[in-house]
Amino acid sequence: MQSSTATAGTAGVPYRPQVAAHFASLEVQNHAARLGMWLFLATEILLFAGLFVIYANYRFLFPEAFALASRELNLNMGTFNTLLLITSSFTAAMAVHYAKEAKNKQVVLMFVLTILMALGFLVVKYFEYSHKFHEHQLPGPYYAFPGLTLPGASAYFTIYFLSTGLHAFHVIIGMIVLGWVTLKAMRNEFSHYNYTAVELGSMYWHLVDLVWIFLFPMLYLI
Amino acid sequence: MSPSSSIAAEPGAVPAPDEHHEHHPSYLVDGTTVKSWLLTLDHKRIGVMYLIWVLLFFLIGGIYALVVRLELLTPGPTIIDAMTYNRAFTMHGVVMIFLFMIPAIPGAFGNFMLPLMLGAKDVAFPRLNLLSLYLLLTGAVIAIWGMINGGMDTGWTFYTPYSTHTTTTVAPILFGAFIIGFSSIATGLNFIVTTHTMRAPGITWFKMPLFVWAMYATACIQVLATPVLGLVLLLVVGEHLFHFGIFDPAMGGDPVLFQHLFWFYSHPAVYIMVLPAFGVMSEVVAAFSRKNIFGYRAVAFSSLGIAFVGFFAWGHHMFVSGQSTFNAGVFAVLTMLVGVFTAIKVFNWVGTVYKGAVDFKTPFAYFCGFLYFTVFGGMTGVAFATASLDVPWHDTYFVVAHFHFIMVGATIMAFMAAIHYWFPKMFGKMYHEGWGLVSAALIILGFNATFIPQFLLGNAGMPRRYYEYPERFQTLNVASTAGASLLAFGFLISAIYLTYALVYGRRAASNPWRSKGYEWMTESPPPTHNFVGPQPTYPEEPHFYVEPKKAEVPDAV
Ligand code: HEM
Ligand SMILES: [Cu+2]
Repeated sequence: MQSSTATAGTAGVPYRPQVAAHFASLEVQNHAARLGMWLFLATEILLFAGLFVIYANYRFLFPEAFALASRELNLNMGTFNTLLLITSSFTAAMAVHYAKEAKNKQVVLMFVLTILMALGFLVVKYFEYSHKFHEHQLPGPYYAFPGLTLPGASAYFTIYFLSTGLHAFHVIIGMIVLGWVTLKAMRNEFSHYNYTAVELGSMYWHLVDLVWIFLFPMLYLI
Repeated sequence: MSPSSSIAAEPGAVPAPDEHHEHHPSYLVDGTTVKSWLLTLDHKRIGVMYLIWVLLFFLIGGIYALVVRLELLTPGPTIIDAMTYNRAFTMHGVVMIFLFMIPAIPGAFGNFMLPLMLGAKDVAFPRLNLLSLYLLLTGAVIAIWGMINGGMDTGWTFYTPYSTHTTTTVAPILFGAFIIGFSSIATGLNFIVTTHTMRAPGITWFKMPLFVWAMYATACIQVLATPVLGLVLLLVVGEHLFHFGIFDPAMGGDPVLFQHLFWFYSHPAVYIMVLPAFGVMSEVVAAFSRKNIFGYRAVAFSSLGIAFVGFFAWGHHMFVSGQSTFNAGVFAVLTMLVGVFTAIKVFNWVGTVYKGAVDFKTPFAYFCGFLYFTVFGGMTGVAFATASLDVPWHDTYFVVAHFHFIMVGATIMAFMAAIHYWFPKMFGKMYHEGWGLVSAALIILGFNATFIPQFLLGNAGMPRRYYEYPERFQTLNVASTAGASLLAFGFLISAIYLTYALVYGRRAASNPWRSKGYEWMTESPPPTHNFVGPQPTYPEEPHFYVEPKKAEVPDAV
């Protein structure tokens, strides 16, 4: 709406993004962006896959300690966080839906909700972490929890902090990415022609969600 | 050849000035400020910058190599103490692998040639491309800072638990390698997307030049393997700083797990280094045999085949790590499969040369060296894959000789061939052919003289990474060091005449080799947006040479 030309705004002709000089058409440019994002997400999954392998290895080496240590996590907080993330994934998907219809206000709303839920997730994580610190359920040599002294328990908490820490880092990156897309939506940029940024941002957010869907049962449930 | 028709095709001929050149300056002169280079988004300039940097890294790695070789001249201490020696071979390996071999061909020639070969104006993500160069440099600066401030003595394989306990500067060097990994992923991702989305009309998948196929297969490995290395390097940094104990048996950790994760990347990584070399050579062999490549599809698919089986062969680095006999057998067979795919390529290259009209120029000389190193090195690899043979050879100089033959030998040959073959394309100048051949001969000879003694040493039982050795190994060590000096001398000659050619070289014709590769369908050096006027069309397959006997007339055009 701020734009002076008729190409912007929900009322007039939808905003048409510029095609970079080296692309043949907008379709090709969007296709390239999407493919690039898929590949990037594949690398992210492989990064976490390394952690899953490590988890599987130590679970195999120390089955008992791992089973007992996983009982030390707060299942309520974990479940709550899982629900938060799944819901936020839904709002992120809705943002794409609205972007295609050039409803930029709704896009903003959906992303703000998503970001708020991400923030909620981090707050819950903060309480979980501080409890672990308080109990000395910490990685490796810092582990000093009297309630569980089996060998391998410290390895469990090393993996717990590594994987949830790496995941939390991704949550923060996701919030930044979505924040940036929200700014673009506020400038009314999205329409049927141009919603790639919304789509890619929300794809990234789905990844964050997906990784958690694996982490949650792995760490809290089994 | 009549003088009128041959002028444009003669190497060194100065093409008549025409309007095109005035309106479309080559990418080299389109903007001459430092900033126009450092912040460029042009894949060609980025390629040239990569070339400059990887050459510098090669020099640094080479100096470390010479230090190592000089130290091993005598059985006892020669020029440095034991700790410095450990640091020197570690740094040699780290610099050569992460800063030279992996980025060299994709970064320099992939960047330059891939879009040209696809008839595209640039790679799909030019900014990401520039970023990946700067990530490489950032990682390099951090790693080199670590080397200056203490260095590291773990060997480039960073085996735990030693690497988590040593007091040398592990953290910055591994963190540097971690960042370099991102650079590698970014390049791979960019190339995959470029190949999928930016092919000019007419270039179908099976009309892509074989270099593009090789870059594509390499990119798949870069994207799929590097994240795992990234994770494991981060973990080792964490281990080193905080001693979590994940890989430390004293704390219940599992060092073999580290080896699995490390080699899951690092074995495919050897194909990140050698597949681009295969790609270069497919171009060179067609151009200098003046024959269509034999078995195009087989060569293309075998790149993908190597990339694929490369992921299932890592266990051959762990035959002596307490692996079960069954696992060893499985990994042995999977490893040998790589040999099958490589052999397909070798047969096709030989088939291409067969009855070709060979033009024995410098790139072709490197092709000959390449074929020899690949076959010899590859066969020692198959021997290694036999678990029972690996046991006595493991961690001896036989390993060192093997991997230098196959990955360094093959890749350096391809890198040198690429420099010579594409020099006129990139810089519009000709180098001195005679010196080119002399230098190629010295390098190939030097390589053999360096590493054949190492095969013998390893077979006789000399362990690698040892500072001192028994008297009886000295003769072969002296031979190896002498060979290394010859090798260095060969590279020095190349450096001199190529630099000279850059400044004083004769102006090259736009296609001095009369190559049919797609990248030659534009001017040399190309204009900023790669093509002047309408985009070329691609009615023929790449490397489409008329059969040599009939070739005389069309060639002169
Ligand atoms: C230019 C001539 C070269 C010479 C004379 C040379 C010499 C050596 C020597 C003597 C070693 C064994 C160190 C030891 O185990 O004690 C070695 C190891 C190694 N070299 Fe080279 N090298 C050369 C080029 C290269 C290149 C171009 C690469 C690129 C990848 C390379 C990669 C390696 C690697 C990865 C190791 C293993 C290091 C380790 O195991 O710690 N070398 N080299
Ligand atoms: Cu291997």
